[in-house]
Amino acid sequence: MSTLPDFRLMRPATASDAVRMRALHPSSRYLAGGTDLLPNMRRGLVATDVVIALGDVEELTGLHEEAGSLTIGVGVTLATLAANKLVQERLPALAQAAAGVAGPTHRISATLGGNLCLETRCRFYNQSEPWREANDYCMKLGSDTCRVASKSARCYAAFSGDLAPALMVLAAEVELLGPLGTRVLPIADFYREDGMAWLAMAPDELLVAVRVPLKNGWVSAYEKVRVRGSIDFPLAGVAVALRREGDALVGLRIALTGVSSRPESVSGLEAMAGHPLDDTALAIIARQVKLGTKAMETTLIEVPFRRRITPVLAKRLVERLWGMVGDNPIGPS
Amino acid sequence: MKKLLRLSVNGKPREDAVAENALLLDYLRGTLGLTGTKQGCDGGECGACTVLVDSQPRLACSTLAHSVAGRSVETIESLSAEGNLSRLQRAFHEHLGTQCGFCTPGMIMAAEALLRVNPHPDRAAIRASLAGNLCRCTGYVKIIESVEAAAQEQPV
Repeated sequence: MSTLPDFRLMRPATASDAVRMRALHPSSRYLAGGTDLLPNMRRGLVATDVVIALGDVEELTGLHEEAGSLTIGVGVTLATLAANKLVQERLPALAQAAAGVAGPTHRISATLGGNLCLETRCRFYNQSEPWREANDYCMKLGSDTCRVASKSARCYAAFSGDLAPALMVLAAEVELLGPLGTRVLPIADFYREDGMAWLAMAPDELLVAVRVPLKNGWVSAYEKVRVRGSIDFPLAGVAVALRREGDALVGLRIALTGVSSRPESVSGLEAMAGHPLDDTALAIIARQVKLGTKAMETTLIEVPFRRRITPVLAKRLVERLWGMVGDNPIGPS
Repeated sequence: MKKLLRLSVNGKPREDAVAENALLLDYLRGTLGLTGTKQGCDGGECGACTVLVDSQPRLACSTLAHSVAGRSVETIESLSAEGNLSRLQRAFHEHLGTQCGFCTPGMIMAAEALLRVNPHPDRAAIRASLAGNLCRCTGYVKIIESVEAAAQEQPV
């Protein structure tokens, strides 16, 4: 891999300084843990003349519980999130997703914000320059044609972050800081279904924090399939949050990653409220998850496998959580 | 552009003019000549370049040199500072944890980080800690046995 291109390195001490620097240098890039951005820059996938390193911004590394919700700064590392007792106990899907990202050394550097903004991935994009040149490049960089859908007007690179689906089923919100102040939006609205422009964030905004409600009565889990269990990006990842009262399912949320250009919230699950988790319910879950699974040939593993494994993972997690609550009811309803 | 970088490398304070876009790996190998840290996949996928930053493992190929300013960096060279092998180095040697040796510095630094926080890890903890370090010569059995053997020894 080649060395990094020349750039100016800026190291703001506060989030507002970072936003000011970004306003002055619109083509700059924010650098957090570097595990995604630096390899991409070295492969020539990302070009920039200014890098704004966020490592000194202490206000982004907080984890505060307040008024029934947990606010997590985007600079909190994945290793910290995965090991945090409160997150493990109250937001297990988030702890499991953080523990499942890449390898242990990556998780010590990699951050919540970096994973939420993770660049979309594709087997035609995450390649060396000679490989991409030999294949006439692709729509995401250097060509007009998407190699996985040649007639498509948009890029199909897959969003592969593990934390986003977990935070979606936990009903989290993201906080963005821009020159005019902060705005808060549901995490699902932070994403767009476009491999080239997958974040619904203005160029002058910085993702600063995530707020997750700590709700009683809900249980959650995250699981992914990948080629090597020790390190790889998800071929498909599924997060589930569920609330059971007696023999009735009173709440169910499912979100997916790796199978679309954005983390996908599975729709059409509301009709199951009040019903038991029987075969009919599991069939509905499988059907709805399949509808949300829009896997394209962005990985070396074939699409039919990813389309089949996603509902299997979802059903497995739902059954596990359903059984867990049945054996051991938790929290006041 | 070069900027002054102050940090500690293997216990010694340093001040060097280092390019803003230099990777920690380039600084250690190129500027300081500490070539024990290996340049493997060079894309954050193999763990061969693992060094310690404030006692925690980091991938030197995916870390900017300037982002560890003021921190304490340790490379494989620090373990045998007085000419003696560390207990991990000796265990890798005696228990055949090394074949071609290219992944070994990264393996040992990742294992060193583990033993500092968990002096008596079980096999699962060792496997989890080395999950991001790849060896292409063989399996991982001898490597894991080497770490187990080092953990049974008292630190020197």
